[in-house]
Amino acid sequence: MKVSVNGREVTVAAGSMVSTAVAAAGVSLYRRSVTGEPRGPVCGMGICFECRVRIDGREHCRSCQIPCVDGMEVRTDV
Amino acid sequence: MFDVVVVGAGPAGLAAACRAAESGARVALVDDNPVAGGQIWRAGGGRPAGPAAAWIRRAERNGVEWLAGARVFAVPEPGKLTIEQFAGDRELGYEKLILATGARERFLPFPGWTLPNVMGAGGLQALAKSGLDVAGKPVVVAGSGPLLLAVAKYLRARGARVLLIAEQADQAALLRFGVGLVAYPGKLAQAVQLRAGLFGIPYLTGCWPVEARGPEKLESVMLRRGRKTWTERCDYLACGFGLAPNLELAALLGCRMSATGVAVDELQQTSVAGVYSAGEATGIGGLDLALTEGEIAGFAAAGKTREARARFGARERHRRFAGGLERAFALREELKHLAQDDTLLCRCEDVPLGRVRGCMGWREAKLHTRCGMGPCQGRVCGGAVEFLLGWKAESVRPPVFPARIGSLSRD
Repeated sequence: MKVSVNGREVTVAAGSMVSTAVAAAGVSLYRRSVTGEPRGPVCGMGICFECRVRIDGREHCRSCQIPCVDGMEVRTDV
Repeated sequence: MFDVVVVGAGPAGLAAACRAAESGARVALVDDNPVAGGQIWRAGGGRPAGPAAAWIRRAERNGVEWLAGARVFAVPEPGKLTIEQFAGDRELGYEKLILATGARERFLPFPGWTLPNVMGAGGLQALAKSGLDVAGKPVVVAGSGPLLLAVAKYLRARGARVLLIAEQADQAALLRFGVGLVAYPGKLAQAVQLRAGLFGIPYLTGCWPVEARGPEKLESVMLRRGRKTWTERCDYLACGFGLAPNLELAALLGCRMSATGVAVDELQQTSVAGVYSAGEATGIGGLDLALTEGEIAGFAAAGKTREARARFGARERHRRFAGGLERAFALREELKHLAQDDTLLCRCEDVPLGRVRGCMGWREAKLHTRCGMGPCQGRVCGGAVEFLLGWKAESVRPPVFPARIGSLSRD
């Protein structure tokens, strides 16, 4: 299936999490911390909240817990 | 209204749900993840595999209602839970509640640990299972515990170049544990099999990371072993210092805690009547103990005390094994000195260790520095604070997970 990450289209296998699509797009910066540091996923299981991205306009979605849906639009560093 | 609601669909939760349902109870199984199986049975491609698939089929056959992608964020009154799913929130009523909330990795801060691509050991494995391509990537696996071996083996099978495994525990402690394994033939076979899958990967005991480096993401990690310090270039550092139980929901319900996790009686019942707990939440013990505790809790919650009691012997054996593990992989004092005063301790609110060290306890740290008050609610820094400063989390308030305003204002 196809997912857009920061405007770039990537193809991922069915069942992939959004975090995977972000990495597949060559992006390692998922968000900026409160003091502006680059951050990416840590726990992979939904507790650290470091992999938060915007999905289809909804803010603060944990990308490691949400499966990709065809046509999804993901934005990082927002 | 359900007879039994089980929170957490890992081994303990699945076993509990199946046993309760097979005993005739109307059961709901709730989990934050989209697929059942918990962390240990997390599968790739969104489909459960192996033993998890068998347990899930068994749960379905017995009419267990499966609520996926559901976070329990509040307990409005006894007998009721509020859960939030992607589509919205709902209330669940229960007669008996079984908390099988599992464990998370314990992270310890060291300079550079907040860089992208420095992850948990189980964290990188979970991401690889959900599709992250690690083929050809150089990876250092570090921290402590048997999980490191399983992670290294899995990453290698997915094509990663695992450069080394840095285990902080000393060889002597591990050898004592290895000898103890002879009493558990099944475990020994597992250990040998793991080693076979790791052939050629250096397993360095008494070794740990001291600094991760890179401008915008990880480029190299500095390691220490004895007096030797050196640098390995790598794309990922998979680093976890053992596991810590997820206690937030139990604490919110007012359950008493033991030294290892949620305190339970012989039937896995907590100090709150009608609330049971099983698996890693009661203390880190591994898969076999989780399954047995889950079965006992499921039977007990459904009123089948005799069937529950029949499994006490098995539980005792698994508990002894867990005790050996804990002693072998105890965290060493040197790890307390990795983080510097300017190293971030709380990565949600970017609070450096130096600011928290000056506080008297959790309450003051929260009020003065915001440490532990970000989205993760201390789930990441809590384990580090306990190890570094000796403070246990004091109180838990709803929502136990960040929830949408619409979910909070439903009444």
